[in-house]
Amino acid sequence: MTDHPAHLAPVTAPRDRAAGAGWRRFLADWASDRNAFKGVSWGKAMMWVFLLSDTFIFGCFLVAYMTVRMSTTVPWPNTSEAFALSIGGTEVPLILIAIMTFVLISSSGTMALAVHYGYLRDRRKAGTLMLVTALFGACFVGMQAFEWTKLIREGVRPWGNPWGAPQFGSTFFMITGFHGTHVTIGVIFLIILARKVLRGDFDSGRRGFFTSRKGRYETIEIMGLYWHFVDLVWVFIFAFFYLW
Amino acid sequence: MVDVTHGEPVPGVPGSAAHEGGELDLYHPKSWVTKYVFSQDAKVIAIQYGLTAMAIGLVALVLSWLMRLQLAFPGLLPFLDADHYYQFITMHGMIMVVYLLTALFLGGFGNYLIPLMLGARDMMFPYLNMLSYWVYLVAVLLLVSGFFVPGGPTGAGWTLYPPQAILANTPGQQWGIIVMLVSLMLFIIGFTMGGLNYVVTVLQGRTRGMTLMRMPLTIWGIFTATVMALLAFPALFVGSVMMLFDRGLGTSFFMPAIVVTGEQAPYAGGSPILFQHLFWFFGHPEVYIVALPAFGIVSDLISTHARKNIFGYRMMVWAIVIIGALSFVVWAHHMYVSGMNPGFGFFFATTTLIIAVPTALKVYNWVLTLWRGDIHFTVPMLFALGFIVTFINGGLTGLFLGNVVVDVPLSDTMFVVAHFHMVMGVAPILVIFGGLYHWYPKITGRMLNPTLGKIHFWITFLGAYAIFFPMHYLGLLGVPRRYYEMGETAFVPHSVVTLNIFMTVAALVVGATQMLFLFNLAWSLRHGRAAGGNPWRATTLEWQTPETPPAHGNWGAELPVVYRWAYDYSVPGAAEDFVPQNVPGRDPDMPGHPVAEGAR
Repeated sequence: MTDHPAHLAPVTAPRDRAAGAGWRRFLADWASDRNAFKGVSWGKAMMWVFLLSDTFIFGCFLVAYMTVRMSTTVPWPNTSEAFALSIGGTEVPLILIAIMTFVLISSSGTMALAVHYGYLRDRRKAGTLMLVTALFGACFVGMQAFEWTKLIREGVRPWGNPWGAPQFGSTFFMITGFHGTHVTIGVIFLIILARKVLRGDFDSGRRGFFTSRKGRYETIEIMGLYWHFVDLVWVFIFAFFYLW
Repeated sequence: MVDVTHGEPVPGVPGSAAHEGGELDLYHPKSWVTKYVFSQDAKVIAIQYGLTAMAIGLVALVLSWLMRLQLAFPGLLPFLDADHYYQFITMHGMIMVVYLLTALFLGGFGNYLIPLMLGARDMMFPYLNMLSYWVYLVAVLLLVSGFFVPGGPTGAGWTLYPPQAILANTPGQQWGIIVMLVSLMLFIIGFTMGGLNYVVTVLQGRTRGMTLMRMPLTIWGIFTATVMALLAFPALFVGSVMMLFDRGLGTSFFMPAIVVTGEQAPYAGGSPILFQHLFWFFGHPEVYIVALPAFGIVSDLISTHARKNIFGYRMMVWAIVIIGALSFVVWAHHMYVSGMNPGFGFFFATTTLIIAVPTALKVYNWVLTLWRGDIHFTVPMLFALGFIVTFINGGLTGLFLGNVVVDVPLSDTMFVVAHFHMVMGVAPILVIFGGLYHWYPKITGRMLNPTLGKIHFWITFLGAYAIFFPMHYLGLLGVPRRYYEMGETAFVPHSVVTLNIFMTVAALVVGATQMLFLFNLAWSLRHGRAAGGNPWRATTLEWQTPETPPAHGNWGAELPVVYRWAYDYSVPGAAEDFVPQNVPGRDPDMPGHPVAEGAR
């Protein structure tokens, strides 16, 4: 990594031969010049740091939800009844949420394929798969809107609901809303990025409208990191809201 | 990953050295607006951050004057009623902690110094960096707009504790609290944009030879603080969202069933303690978000102006990292009086006291750096010394307050006010002044006037002690904090009144002296002594730029190469008493080098 003349290069090796050398060598490698994460681009590093920060946001939301649910004095509504859907006269618990989860997990699959074809420089396939991912995402948000409408029709409000603790509606709308916003932002960026990919911006070196910097196919992977993260968060929300 | 065009250095591609650190043509602003207003140059953004933070800080300064006048001469200012007093307390605290100190250390010093000290051309994401400032500016303007909305700014105290923060009868309950929460959320969003830049630039954007263990401690402090901020601000963000919903949508996250002036408030079942946990999970790391950059900067100031290598560099780095990590498990020591399980109290008291170990280690190392150094009493050095004294002072009272049994009787008294003003008010501000006197020559090319600087230092330093030292005594007497006026009480002796007047006069004088500093900043811009590239004969990279002030892109065609750590002062046998980091040879990492291994 270093361009030092050989006799001036930072030397860390000799004294590291003792016990625990692996650990020390790992640290020395990590702390060496220029990059802490070798071969990781700036954009990807930034996305990981951002996701770490975002993890804390969702973590705080979920911890707050658990605290509120445990400290409220009124019983929590029965979630398998609250989230049931009446199909052909029978109440099917959790059916909508199962479909939503299936759709979102599927979108992770198409996203992964898009990243794959991006690296193969197959821009038609990569772009199309990103649009499919965006479509799945939009489907998810649409079904979420449907679920919200249904619950609101049944009298659930942020400040109260007919079945029990008012915090049920508060946390539900706040956390699924915050997650839905993440999905929506993801859909918008997927569409923008798919357009760039299909137009061949990353081959022609066309510069970004705002940043005047050239994009490249790795951007698809960075987008993918965000998308998979949003999926992963959904798994936790699903578990804590619908299964608890 | 072969088609690297983002401006990253291209490993292994011949001829890429000329373009390393980015495409050079991007570093030439095209117009006046992109050069000075919507600039993507981290140095311009730093100055914008700094000036905005100082401007809003002046507002907070005036608010503190008004509060001090009320405390010393109750009723002197007829417009200043109890509501206003609480609004001023809230705004003063919030501005100073978040909008001045955090923004100035990370947005100001961070933006200016990270690329320069690491030998980078700019931050990694200049456009995002620019957005960061503008979002911050909107947050500041929104905060100020609190003064003009119906009902005025919120008077909930800077901790914004519910339930009272959003209940009727609290000043600013109508609009002030909403404006405050939205402003905080915007600040966090803006800060995240900048913070991602700082972290990624430190991790991935260093120049050749700049290993992590050769980074100046300033960078270590700012880097660790930024990582902490990225992990701590989410808690405040979530708390703000939830309180905004409580206020705007009538949810009951934080609101229990409560009766206000004989009426049942429309809330039930929430947990006010939850907000305190969220707030302090942000709030305690926030203390170190402010303190760690100060630690780092002061280390560099002391080493440079005492012409001596920093004592125990590795220890200093690990101390910074350990303090940063520990500060995430101490938050509930702010909540001893909220009522908690004694087991938790024991846990949080223990972790709090453990933090004293790395902190004390840093203080010892500063003192040992000074030991037998060639101390130059320049203005930055004076401020650095002032910091050490003040920080020890604040740290010692911190030991009192970290213990549950001592904290409980002291928690609601002036003792706490004195403690945190010493440790996270005065001490970091002294470092900010020291840093500004130190780096002003690099920013402008001219020295600040040292005579005015020394007057500024002595009045500020002694004045701060005149204000806050007696305040400890008031606290031990039992004078409560947050009180608009004391009136006639049996347990407060008359000396308290006299002391309050003394402290207020000191506060007015110290505040007025800051105008002298502002005058110095403006006057020296044209009339200061020309500084040259490296007036302090310092080793770090920012002093080795081809131009002063550095041009956009910082370095000429080639990035500097780093061969040594940042503290080669008074090296035996060297031609001068300092060796800049980019001078080859005599690498302390080299086996057989005369510098002992322990010095690294």
